[in-house]
Amino acid sequence: MNIPQDYKFTKSHEWVKVEGSMATIGISDYAQNQLSDIVFAEIIVAAGDEINKGDSIATIESVKAAADVYCPVSGKVVAINEDLAAAPEVINSDPYGNAWMVKVELTSPDELGQLMDAAAYETFTQEQE
Amino acid sequence: MFIPHTNADRDAMLQAIGVKELEALFLAVPASHRFPELEIPPALSEMEAAAELQEMSLANASTQDLICFLGAGAYRHYTPAAVDAIIRRGEFLTAYTPYQPELSQGTLQAIYEYQSLIAALTGMDVCNASHYDGATAIAEAVSMAYANFRGKRGKVILSPALHPQYRETVHTYAASTPISLQGEDLSPLAGPETLLPLIDINTALVVVQYPDFLGRLFDYTMLAEAVHATGALLAVSVNPMALGMLKTPGEMGADIVTGEGQSLGIPLSYGGPYLGLFTTRKEYVRKMSGRLVGETVDTRGQKAYVLTLTAREQHIRREKATSNICSNQGLIALASAVYLSLLGKNGLRQVSELCYHKAHYAAQQISKLPGFSLESTTPFFNEFVIQCPLPVREVNEHLLEHGILGGYDLGQDYPELSNAMLVAVTEMNTREDIDLLIEALAEVSHG
Repeated sequence: MNIPQDYKFTKSHEWVKVEGSMATIGISDYAQNQLSDIVFAEIIVAAGDEINKGDSIATIESVKAAADVYCPVSGKVVAINEDLAAAPEVINSDPYGNAWMVKVELTSPDELGQLMDAAAYETFTQEQE
Repeated sequence: MFIPHTNADRDAMLQAIGVKELEALFLAVPASHRFPELEIPPALSEMEAAAELQEMSLANASTQDLICFLGAGAYRHYTPAAVDAIIRRGEFLTAYTPYQPELSQGTLQAIYEYQSLIAALTGMDVCNASHYDGATAIAEAVSMAYANFRGKRGKVILSPALHPQYRETVHTYAASTPISLQGEDLSPLAGPETLLPLIDINTALVVVQYPDFLGRLFDYTMLAEAVHATGALLAVSVNPMALGMLKTPGEMGADIVTGEGQSLGIPLSYGGPYLGLFTTRKEYVRKMSGRLVGETVDTRGQKAYVLTLTAREQHIRREKATSNICSNQGLIALASAVYLSLLGKNGLRQVSELCYHKAHYAAQQISKLPGFSLESTTPFFNEFVIQCPLPVREVNEHLLEHGILGGYDLGQDYPELSNAMLVAVTEMNTREDIDLLIEALAEVSHG
């Protein structure tokens, strides 16, 4: 399983990549693998929205389940991945790259401390098995 | 009688709760009510009971005995005998919503055919496996539009010429939501253009009917454009029989088309079961309520039918699903599919045109009668509004004496239409029927 060292993770399997005050958010390789073939993705926030940690930012649907994606941090949405709706399968093939979902300008960077680093997330997913 | 518990079971339960005998549980009920003397006649034999029920049923007047000009959402049409013969096959008649659906390929194929026929008839991309009736279907459309905007658009505009009972059902659905329903206090006699000023960026859905409750036909193309200009959706509730000869709501730009499918081979019956049609455009399919059957191929490459896009439904999406309806009117949907396939495109057009022409003959004849007039000059399908010289109730009492079931009293729903009657004509009304109606009405107009 792929877990990039410089990303941070949540217990609900979202990832956050921080560059300066900007956070990019998606779902992990573990999550896409659990969901299996993803057939639908809809981002339900728009650029300019103020969102809080824990808010739902996207709905994804696989051949066997529907799931919400929750925002791991609070902030202002700067961009959403417009390409995802037309090609949701990218979440399976490239979860940490082209399948990013939203970019958020952090308003409470302290929240990042509550997230897991790669090592902690790896332990966490092993416990889930 | 089936009694699930043995005496031993009961004793064990009574002992567990520390009660000596069953009667002790009912002591809270006053003694005089506990075992009241029931004044019921002695039991009848089956033959006697059947005779008594038969006699009671004679007190009803049915459309078998009367010439019927009553419509208002439910219409008397001819159903070919083959419809009943086919849907009464045991494989169809006894089948409930399949819980292991793919095992029931025949049931799924029947639903798939139904979906395909209704989608073609309405000019839409997808059709679900059906709802309970036309009222439920339009209420589901309101829920769907509200969910489509994730609650960010809270206004739904209902045409005052949408069936009053459908509007009531929408109110029931909306009561526990923040949805604000507007438009119903406009005049029902005005056209859809009066809805335009209400449409804004807070509007999720505009709902109109086609033909509308007063029988009128409006081309909703301009309305659809105005609705889409604000990003909202347009839902059209239809009488599918009219679509046998008319431009489809799909062509007009509707986003959701619902309807009462009773016209398509379903008998008139008090309280149903009727048939809720529900179709939409492909882009909204994931917000659509109800079950959906799709066609695919199995591992051997053979054609197969499956329930598809089930992740929309409440057993997977839980509280986030648009709707909690997973059930459908399987047998009734099948009846409409059989009806449509027996008639074919040309047969349906023929029935549709018969309704249209007979209704126009009736309207023309009635408008010649002194004291009676047509309420509107707007084109109509098989139903129209006439102004009567007397209250509709009195006109209908007179008609009933002639063995005629008169039209719908619009004053019940619209105070401004107090002496107005909604008259429905179908292929079942012969020219003689219509002429009898004219003669009976002429007696009214001559006082």
